[in-house]
Amino acid sequence: MKSLKTLLRYLGPYRKDMITGALLVIIETGFELIIPILMADLIDIGTAHHDIPYILHKGGQMAICALLSLVTGLLYAKFAARASYGWGSRIREAQFERVQEFSFSNLDRFETSSLITRMTTDVTILQNAVNGGFRPMVRGPVMLIFGLFLSFRMNTKLAFIFVFCAPVLGIILFYIVNKIAPRYLLLQKAVDKLNNTVQESLTAIRTVKAFVRGEYEQEKFDKVNKTMSDTSQDTFKYAVLNMPAFQLTLYTAIILIMWFGGNMIINSSLQVGELTGFLSYVFQIMNSMMMISNVFLLLSRSLSSAQRISEVLDEKIMLTSPENGETNIPAGSVCFENVSFKYKENAKAYALSCVNLNIKEGQTVGIIGGTGSAKTTLVQLIPRLYDATEGSVKVGGHDVREYDLKTLRDGVGIVLQKNVLFSGTIRENLLWGNPHADDETIHEACRAACVDDFISNLPQGLDTMLEHGGVNVSGGQKQRICIARTLLKHPKILIFDDSTSAVDTATEASIRKSLGNIREMTKIIIAQRISSVIETDQIIVMNDGRVIANGTHEQLLQNEPIYREIYESQTRGGEFSAGKTNQLEKA
Amino acid sequence: MTKNKASSSPSTTARGQRAPKGVLRRLLRTLFEFYPVLLPVTILCILINAIVSAIPAVFLQKVIAVVDETYQSGDWSSVAGRILTYVLVLVIMYIISLIAGTFYTQMMAIITQGSLKKLREKMFSHMQDLPIKYFDTNGHGDIMSYYTNDVDTLRQMISQSLPQMTIAGITLLVVFCIMMYYSIILALLVVAGIVCMVISARAITNRSSKYFLRQQVTLAKAEAFMEEMMTGQKVIKVFCHENGAKEDFDKVNGEIFFNARNGNRFANILMPLLGNIGNVMYVVVALVGGALLLSDIPNISISGMAFSISIVVPFLNMTKQFAGSVGQVSNQINMVIMGLAGAHRIFALLDEEPETDEGYVTLVNATENPDGSVSECKETTNVWAWKHQHHDGTVTYTRLQGDVRFFDVNFGYTPEKTVLHNISLYAKPGQKVAFVGSTGAGKTTITNLINRFYDINDGKIRYDGININKIKKSDLRRSLGIVLQDTNLFTGTVMENIRYGNLKACDEECIAAAELAGADDFIRRLPEGYNTMLTGNGANLSQGQRQLLAIARAAVADPPVMILDEATSSIDTRTEAIVQRGMDALMTGRTVFVIAHRLSTVHNADAIMVLDHGRIIERGTHDDLLKLKGTYYQLYTGALELD
Repeated sequence: MKSLKTLLRYLGPYRKDMITGALLVIIETGFELIIPILMADLIDIGTAHHDIPYILHKGGQMAICALLSLVTGLLYAKFAARASYGWGSRIREAQFERVQEFSFSNLDRFETSSLITRMTTDVTILQNAVNGGFRPMVRGPVMLIFGLFLSFRMNTKLAFIFVFCAPVLGIILFYIVNKIAPRYLLLQKAVDKLNNTVQESLTAIRTVKAFVRGEYEQEKFDKVNKTMSDTSQDTFKYAVLNMPAFQLTLYTAIILIMWFGGNMIINSSLQVGELTGFLSYVFQIMNSMMMISNVFLLLSRSLSSAQRISEVLDEKIMLTSPENGETNIPAGSVCFENVSFKYKENAKAYALSCVNLNIKEGQTVGIIGGTGSAKTTLVQLIPRLYDATEGSVKVGGHDVREYDLKTLRDGVGIVLQKNVLFSGTIRENLLWGNPHADDETIHEACRAACVDDFISNLPQGLDTMLEHGGVNVSGGQKQRICIARTLLKHPKILIFDDSTSAVDTATEASIRKSLGNIREMTKIIIAQRISSVIETDQIIVMNDGRVIANGTHEQLLQNEPIYREIYESQTRGGEFSAGKTNQLEKA
Repeated sequence: MTKNKASSSPSTTARGQRAPKGVLRRLLRTLFEFYPVLLPVTILCILINAIVSAIPAVFLQKVIAVVDETYQSGDWSSVAGRILTYVLVLVIMYIISLIAGTFYTQMMAIITQGSLKKLREKMFSHMQDLPIKYFDTNGHGDIMSYYTNDVDTLRQMISQSLPQMTIAGITLLVVFCIMMYYSIILALLVVAGIVCMVISARAITNRSSKYFLRQQVTLAKAEAFMEEMMTGQKVIKVFCHENGAKEDFDKVNGEIFFNARNGNRFANILMPLLGNIGNVMYVVVALVGGALLLSDIPNISISGMAFSISIVVPFLNMTKQFAGSVGQVSNQINMVIMGLAGAHRIFALLDEEPETDEGYVTLVNATENPDGSVSECKETTNVWAWKHQHHDGTVTYTRLQGDVRFFDVNFGYTPEKTVLHNISLYAKPGQKVAFVGSTGAGKTTITNLINRFYDINDGKIRYDGININKIKKSDLRRSLGIVLQDTNLFTGTVMENIRYGNLKACDEECIAAAELAGADDFIRRLPEGYNTMLTGNGANLSQGQRQLLAIARAAVADPPVMILDEATSSIDTRTEAIVQRGMDALMTGRTVFVIAHRLSTVHNADAIMVLDHGRIIERGTHDDLLKLKGTYYQLYTGALELD
């Protein structure tokens, strides 16, 4: 319930609506409860004395009550809907904003699909629970208090039956809710597990079919399916107890009232009309307690959603911009001083260990290394996508942590390995690099990225729509648009993280050439192909999180066996053909 | 992309549609099939509970009437027996009602969860039998929602709405009869009120559902937007585009709010409106009752009783009960509509045509006879044979060699569009055949035909001389090892993921396969080595590491024919060379099909097929093709870009 309370703080301006709605329900319930009292008068006095004006008078009062109750009821609907769904929309917004503040390491902790669920399904569950529970939550206590008050006023002795019955029902209901709340969490876990199993075998359907593992998957599914149904049977067995519990106390109360009431009538201390009136309160009081317990059940079902949302909102942002950070990057030099890094604080092994590097402004640097050798990790420390665990990364002579984050990231352009374009026109995507760029600037960047011909050949040119993530352009074209987007930032340092893997070698060479013309820009290129880095000022060879060698192509070829092995694997494989070497020489 | 396809093509079971007639009947029939004894007993208990809870009102009235009478006459001794009997009957009825109530709610919990479990089981096992085509045209999110949303709406309907509606319906009926018994005029008055309630309930439901349907659309839109943003979150950070993203989000979020608020504003009205019509009805009945009481209009009723206070007072209480029941039913109607729509979708899934398999040639373990022929044997050998069951009852065995031939094969995913034209090729046992071409040229499609993920339209495919349509699908696929471009890993340890290739493999065999695939090195460096848990499709591994695991998985399966579809695309060239040496050793004498972007991966193939727009435009060895100076030559020299 704590996470739910925290989330209620996000009501903001809708708090007023919620309070107004609650007041309206109280008024509505009040009017509704007055009607039977007026009715009792009508019957007891009006009909007994055949007093027609009195009957009409009371009838009119009742009609006004019913009408007012109707009006307040309709008004409540508006306020409650606005409050619940306004609240939900604010929670969604808060989550989205929070995610925007997330650093890369925060993002690594959440799966994309789970973030989406937290912002959609979980919020929907929560706001529906609040909207649905709103009326009974307010009505229940009002009816309970009112019913108790009236029954005590009518006959204190008989009302003591409620003092006995109500707590009994209360205790039973409390016991049920208490039993169920933890089970709902278990149930949610079982549901997640089941969904995960289905999801996995869905995405892997080709693998499953190729290996003829249908039966194996079925067995796996049956196991989680059984756990899930056992857990839910166990949970709902308790949940449905509230109905018999309600009936039990209701019936007991009726019998007790009949018994004691009957005796009181015999002793002449009770009127028959009072007895009938009393019986109608039994229903009202017990019913109101049911309502309250149902709301608790409803809310405890939504608790796991509330918890998941809180996880996003309470996530500690691991990396923030310093206050009054440096807003000017003096130079494009990069320096690593004894840098070690691990992705998680409690991870045993370091992803990067003891890296020392010195890259001068305007240099072109290549990084080569095997799968999982931490090339990407290394360059991500430069625009401070992650913070070094030990040591210091310096850009332009200052530690990256001293810069204002926006300044740093604007100054260090990185073309990510897993890059994406967004729905919208090509122009809109390019403007991410520089919102104020005019067509001339855009074309210049596109020329440098060798994508200008492609774009101008499109019927709508820069205004061509990119469908969901750019599925309508090929991999190579997508990579080149991403490069142009980064170039528009005019960064001091440009990092390519295997950014031309889908671009053919000839085009790649000409992109490299046009980049070479921007002399003052420092260029860091991660590549699979040695041909991409062969002519750089220095090549860094990485293996298992360490820089094992550093030098020019010729130096490394002579002194570094791993580098030589990579080189040979590629020349033998035909990546280096006569034609391409020629091109390289030309470049 | 598949998602887009699914949403643009109108499917017969779209969300937000009402279920056609007959779904309820089928659902009930299914439930009865699941619980042929328990369900009728439970229904009986529901009926007992409903009737018994409605009747005591009458008894209560009788007791009070007797007390009232006696109170006036003062003769308690003569009626003590009568009162006691009434009270006893009341107590017994309550006890019966309580027992029946407890029993049916408990049983309902079991029936609901048990039925859903069985339904899910059916759905999953049916899903395993569906052809690949189904998964191409239906988005994963959409299929997932069968298990989440649809089953959940069904749960609410079975466990809550159906019993509650039954009870409310019976209460209505019983109360109505009692009303008629007392006074037909007043009863008709109540009926008029009910008609009002039903009309207004319908009007409101129609309005709210308009917004709810729109809300479904905006929610789907929002989900697509968020998926794009969350996937590209790292790019947003790199470009400091957070504020722009927030602005876009606010627009989408505002739309959801608008529809949700309006829809629920109407939905929220329902209960207070019905409740207050009930109140008005109560007042009207009271006034009319009072008027009738004072006037001398004779009472028309089944019982023939005259008007008196003892009729009007219980009548007023019954009016409340009546209104309450109507409110309850109308509250459940939305759930029933949604539940039935869910049931309809689930049944549609279960009715989906499964993958057909008329194959009768099976794969068996075999031993080689001295004369070169093969015969079946029980134990695991390294020799496999196709067991051919002929129509005349004779059985012949053909040794599995891995000879695959295509004769003039044409194929299209849809009848209108042929994507492969006149493909003829042969792969002799032990050969390595490579496919080269740009995206969409049809490389993967060819391999999908060999394992019969799809069936050809025209032409023939022969496997060891057998028409592949005659081979049992599961056996055909067992004889083929496939490493796909996208690696799918399952929740479980690294070891378990490798063992997926061959469930009988022991730890040593799995490790040997990993060594062969060049994966052993990185696995040993994982925190728990081979016992490291993988979650979220192996999210914590790099793309290259995942591919190495997939290769290890195929290696442990040890198949006679192997298909490698861009299996090493994310592995660096040095590691790839190591992997290739291992694979070459493993596949000596076996057939391999390779699809690769990187030409270094394919240059030593026995035959390279260059594909363009579904046609083989060049074929030959690396040297042949270079001499030809055609497309392959251009690709090789970097003059052409592969996409």
